[in-house]
Amino acid sequence: MVRWQKKAVAAGAALVLVTALGACSSSGGKKEEEKSSGSTGNVANTPRMKVALITHSGPGDTFWDIVRRGAEAAAQKDNIELQYSSDPDGAAQANLVQTAIDSKVDGIAVTLNKPDAVIPNVKKAVAAGIPVTVLNGGLDTWKTSGAIGYFSQDERIAGQATGEKLKALGAKKVICVIHEQGNVSLEARCQGIKDKFGAVENLNVNGSDQPGTQATITSKLQQDKAADYVVALNAGIALTAVQAAKDAGSAAKIGSFDMSKAMAKAVKDGTVDFAVDQQPYLQGYLAVDAIWLNKTNGDTIGGGEATLTGPAFIDKTNIDAVEKYATAGTR
Amino acid sequence: MASTITTPDSIDDRVSTRSVGVRLLSRPEIGSLVGAAVILLFFVATAAPFRDIHNTGTILYGAALIGVMAVPVSLLMIGGEFDLSAGVAVTTAGLTAGIVAYQLSVNVWVGMVAALALALLIGAFNGWLLMRTGLPSFLVSLGTFFILQGLNIAVTRLTSGAVASNSISDMDGFGTAHAVFASQFKVGGITIKIIVVWWIVFVAIAAWILLRTKIGNWIFAVGGDAAAARAVGVPVKKVKIGLFMTVGFFAWFTGMQLLFVQNGVVQSGEGVGKEFLYIIAAVVGGCLLTGGYGSVVGGAVGALIFGMVQLGVVYAGWNPDWFKAFLGAMLLLATIVNLVVKNKAEAR
Repeated sequence: MVRWQKKAVAAGAALVLVTALGACSSSGGKKEEEKSSGSTGNVANTPRMKVALITHSGPGDTFWDIVRRGAEAAAQKDNIELQYSSDPDGAAQANLVQTAIDSKVDGIAVTLNKPDAVIPNVKKAVAAGIPVTVLNGGLDTWKTSGAIGYFSQDERIAGQATGEKLKALGAKKVICVIHEQGNVSLEARCQGIKDKFGAVENLNVNGSDQPGTQATITSKLQQDKAADYVVALNAGIALTAVQAAKDAGSAAKIGSFDMSKAMAKAVKDGTVDFAVDQQPYLQGYLAVDAIWLNKTNGDTIGGGEATLTGPAFIDKTNIDAVEKYATAGTR
Repeated sequence: MASTITTPDSIDDRVSTRSVGVRLLSRPEIGSLVGAAVILLFFVATAAPFRDIHNTGTILYGAALIGVMAVPVSLLMIGGEFDLSAGVAVTTAGLTAGIVAYQLSVNVWVGMVAALALALLIGAFNGWLLMRTGLPSFLVSLGTFFILQGLNIAVTRLTSGAVASNSISDMDGFGTAHAVFASQFKVGGITIKIIVVWWIVFVAIAAWILLRTKIGNWIFAVGGDAAAARAVGVPVKKVKIGLFMTVGFFAWFTGMQLLFVQNGVVQSGEGVGKEFLYIIAAVVGGCLLTGGYGSVVGGAVGALIFGMVQLGVVYAGWNPDWFKAFLGAMLLLATIVNLVVKNKAEAR
C-alpha cells in the first residue's frame, strides 16, 4: 500500500471513531423501538413435514416479506419445515417447482401469476401425489392445475371496489400507477377501477427506482391538471406519489393498494386517503395451513372454491385497529 | 496547468491552431449536445407541459438522478473500465447509513460516515481485484454486483427483520442531512432540488480535473493504452483504483440522496438495472465503450437526454404501453445524431 493510501485509511478510521464518540441519537433508533415478543404457542404434534412456498417475487420486496411471514407462522404452528424460494422469471419459477418435486416435499404452495409457464410443473407435482395450494395470483387458472385451494383477492373485483370507493369520494379523474409494466394482476386492478369509475389513465413507472418514479408521477400531474386522484398499486409507490403530488403543486389525493408500517402511518395522518388490503399474511398463512389440514384431516379450505382474502379497505375510520399489526410487519 | 506532455516549440501541421469552430466540433460531447437539442425541440413541439418553464425543475431532477452517477462512470469509462456494481452500490450505501444509525441508535451522520467508508472500500476492492487478477472489469464488477445485491437483502433482513431498512426520520441529524441531500428551493417559480445543484458542481469539478490537471491526462492515458501509459511513468494501478473509489464516493452520495428523499427508508431490492442507465448516459454523451475517449460534460448531456425523454413521454401524454419503446427509439436517435455529428467533425 502506498503512503497516501495509508494516510487516507488512517484519516477515515479516525473520522469514524471521532464521530462515533458521543454521537448517540436522542430520539428514534433501535433502543427506542419496543420489541413486542411474539407469542410462542404450542406446536402441532403431527409428524414433521416439508412444504415449499414458491413465488414469482423479485428479491427484497416488502409485500412478499409479509406473505412469507404468514407462511412461516403457519409452518411453525403446524410443525412444518418451510422452504421459501422465488423467481420473477416464469420458466425459472417453474423450475423451482420441479426442484421441490425432486426433493420430495410434502406439499407445495405456489403463485400462478405466470400460469402458462408454471402450471405444467404443478400438474406434475399433483400427479406425484403432492398436494398443491395456489396463492396471490391465478384465479382463472388454478382449478385446471389440480390444486386443492386458492387464496387471494380477485384483482378485478378489488379494482372495481376501489372504483366504487373513488366514486363515493367524489373523484373526477384518476391516474392508476402501474409499477411493473405488463404485470397481469396490476393491469386487472386498473381495469377494475375503470369498469366502475371510467375516467382512469394508466401510468407506467419503474417500481425498483423510487426517485425516478417520483419524477415520473410529478411530471404526469404537471401534464394532467384535471387529475385529482392518484391510485398506487403498492405501499412504497403510494408514499412516493404523496411526495410527487407535493412537488407538482397538485391537490391530487392518493389512494393505494397494500399495507406497510409506513402506509399505516400515512393513512393515520391523512396523507394517504385509503389502502386496499389484500392481506398477504393471510395468503401465506392459509396456503401453508391448507396443506397441513389436507394432509392431517383431508380438509379443503374453500371447499373447492377460491377463498378471497380481500379487498379490505383501510382508512381513517379503522386504521387504529390495523396499525399495530402493520407496525409488526404482519398486515 | 500541470501537464506531463510537453508542447513542442516549433509548430508542425499536426498541432497547428485550428479555428474555434473546428475545435468545438471535435469535442466528444458535441454530438450529444446536438442530440439533446433535437430531443428538446421535438418535445417542445409535441408536449405542451414541456414548454411550461415551471416544469423544468422536474426534468432537471429526473436527469440529475442519473447524472450524478454518470460523472464517475464517465471518468471510469474514459479510464477504460466498467463498473456493473454501481447501481446496487448506491442501495448498499443508503442501507448501510440507515442500518448503522438505527441499530446503534447513533446520530444519522455517524451512519453516513460508516456508509462512506464502506462505499470507498467497495470501490477500492473492485480496483484492487482488477489490478491484482488482470480480469476484465466487466467480470470483477459483475461479481461485486451479485455480492452486494445478496448482502443488501440478507443483511437488511438479519438486522431489521424485514426487507426494508427501519426509518431513521425521527433520529438526530436527519434534518441537517436531509437539508444537504434532499432539500429543494425556488428560483423564479421553478422548484430546484438540491441534487441538481450538486450535480452541476460535480460535473464542473470533474470536467476541470479531466481537462486541466495531470490526473486528467493520466485517466486518458490509462484508458487509451495502459501499457504505454505505464511505460511513460503513469501510475496505472493508482489511477484505476482511484477511479473505482471515485465511483464508490458518488455511489455513497447518490445513496444518501436515496435515503433522505425517501424519509429515511430504503428497500433492499432497489438499484438493480440502474448501472446500465449510468453507462447509457456516458455512452450517449460520447464516451467510447473501449476507453481513452470521452468527456464528463458529455455524460451529463447524456443524462439530460435520458431525463428529457423519460419525462417528455409522460408530458406528451402518450399511451403508457409504448413508453419503453419511445424511450429506446429516442435514445437511439440521440446516439445516431451524436455519431453523425462526430463523424462529420472528424472528417474536417
